[in-house]
Amino acid sequence: MSAPVVAIAGLTKVYGHDETEVRALDGVDLVVERGDYVAVMGASGSGKSTLMNIIGCLDVGSTGRYALDGIDVRRLDERRLSRARNRKIGFVFQSFNLIPRTSAQLNVELPLAYAGIRSEARRRRASEALARVGLADRAEHLPSELSGGQQQRVAVARALVTEPVLLLADEPTGALDSHSTEDVLRLFDELAASGRTLVLITHEDEVAAHAKRVIQMRDGRIVSDERLVAVDAPPPRHRNRAARAVAP
Amino acid sequence: MMLGETARFAWRGVTANKVRTGLTTLGILIGVAAVIILVAVGTGSSRSVQESISALGSNTLTITASSTAAGGRGGPGGFGPPGGFGGGAPGLAGSTSTSQNATKSRNPEVTLEDARAIATSTEAPHVLGVAPVVSAQSVTATFQGASHSVSTFTGSTPAYVRIDNSEVEQGAVFSDNDYTSRRRVALLGKTVAENLAGSDTTALLGEYVAFNGVAFEVVGILAEKGSTGPQDQDDRVLAPATAVQDTLAGYGALSSITVKATAADAVESATAEVQSILDSRHGVTASDRDYSVSSATSFLEAATSSNRTFTVLLGAVAAISLLVGGIGVMNIMLVTVTERTREIGIRKAIGAGRGDIVGQFLAEAVLLSVFGGSVGVVVGLAGSQLTIVGVEPVVAPYSVVLAFGVAVLIGLFFGFYPAHRAASLRPIEALRYE
Repeated sequence: MSAPVVAIAGLTKVYGHDETEVRALDGVDLVVERGDYVAVMGASGSGKSTLMNIIGCLDVGSTGRYALDGIDVRRLDERRLSRARNRKIGFVFQSFNLIPRTSAQLNVELPLAYAGIRSEARRRRASEALARVGLADRAEHLPSELSGGQQQRVAVARALVTEPVLLLADEPTGALDSHSTEDVLRLFDELAASGRTLVLITHEDEVAAHAKRVIQMRDGRIVSDERLVAVDAPPPRHRNRAARAVAP
Repeated sequence: MMLGETARFAWRGVTANKVRTGLTTLGILIGVAAVIILVAVGTGSSRSVQESISALGSNTLTITASSTAAGGRGGPGGFGPPGGFGGGAPGLAGSTSTSQNATKSRNPEVTLEDARAIATSTEAPHVLGVAPVVSAQSVTATFQGASHSVSTFTGSTPAYVRIDNSEVEQGAVFSDNDYTSRRRVALLGKTVAENLAGSDTTALLGEYVAFNGVAFEVVGILAEKGSTGPQDQDDRVLAPATAVQDTLAGYGALSSITVKATAADAVESATAEVQSILDSRHGVTASDRDYSVSSATSFLEAATSSNRTFTVLLGAVAAISLLVGGIGVMNIMLVTVTERTREIGIRKAIGAGRGDIVGQFLAEAVLLSVFGGSVGVVVGLAGSQLTIVGVEPVVAPYSVVLAFGVAVLIGLFFGFYPAHRAASLRPIEALRYE
């Protein structure tokens, strides 16, 4: 099999100096295989957000190694780093982070625009991605005209549109009601079932229960790493697969 | 990212807050419009001075006596209708004046014989006409109780009217016969006629007007010439030189001789011809001439250069307002960058490179200034149609191109710093920004 999507070894992240020094990450080793669905759990301050920022190439660690899809991220300059974010990673944030006053369609097209893809192809792929999250009929709506769950599904469509190797979600259900949470988690289950690699950060057990593997963090270290189902198995909560099968 | 995409994002950003965009572009608008209008005013005023000078005839030469003893007489006092020179100082004539010689025993003067010699000479093919000029000073006209102080009282031959580019509106020019028989007839300028008889100036025809107590019959009213600055070119009276010498000016030297060259570009040849005739008559050479020949061209040059200074000054003031407008663009772009920190973070997280962010904000700044500049050009052109402080502005095409170009450059220049700042934001901090 090809290189793991995420390969982290001895990663540390230190903020400040001397007395004010804070070790946000204190020697993390983590390998995420292709097709895995990993939930990272931990209390606030456990270092899970720092880990996510580093995995997402938004930040770099102080020491240690990190290879994303076989590429050593520490050796990338700013331009290559932004290209890696664009091509390799799809982000889903707690607060949706759609561009305001910009239609769902254009929000989803945006990563493709930064990738330099021509407008016809962009429009077609964005429409497909919106259809995949079940929002084909909301393409021309502005974020302010969509519910929280719908906004988050647009954000998932935007994260998926570049066909990234890794979908990274930071508390994706933190700002959603239980109904919308269910929608989004079902979507994640479907994506995982179709073979996508997902890493999601959460502090809710209910959310983590959807993942194939649950990692607990405390004080910048991984304190437990529990596999619920095999990497190539469908996610544990994925039901009615035949009824909800996602169109390829 | 593609250019069209950048432009689209910029458009979206600019139109997001319309009031703010409007106010920012207003700064650029005012700057651009001010440059166009003020330069147009400068150009218009210099054009009007040029026109009034060439109305005199750019092919007109004036010969005056000159000596150190009579230096004060060498200037415009003896120059046909002084009003036409719009305040040209005596010294301005110097560019074609020749040197003077005070050691001559003979009093420097130009005479009727000089005028006749030039008129009859066969060695002056570039001279079209010659008119002797006698000026009378401090003349007051009175007519049926009305009185008016005439600023220019000129005595000459009938040919003077043509040489001076004047026209007779009512009545007719006095005849050669009037001239030789020393008849006391006069042509009145519009201002003089209106001051004496009110708006119905025809009533003056055939009437007698007293000038310093000497009655002259009014044979015609001169057409309006307009005014140049403080000088009213219509405040004048024209009469046969012979009659003026008889009554108001006294005999002897002429005030000046007005010579008309065949064409504007024949002025130099005509000057040389006149000089050669007068040099031999006066027994002088180029180094010790007791007269000077000046032309409207020399005044035109001086007037043009002083007007250019004026135009540059106006343009500079307007350019400062354009600069202030540019600072406004920078200010608002900095606010925009701060406001949209989170959006910048999102864009960076989904793969926008540094160039994409710089491009977007730079494009917004340029869009603001291009928009302000375009409307400014329209306002500037519209404003230039109005008469401003008595000047009819003439739009200078270069000022439109320059003002618009500078506005765009200002957008680029003042947009660069905010755009650079936006691109330098670290994505995690930008995303955390509330």
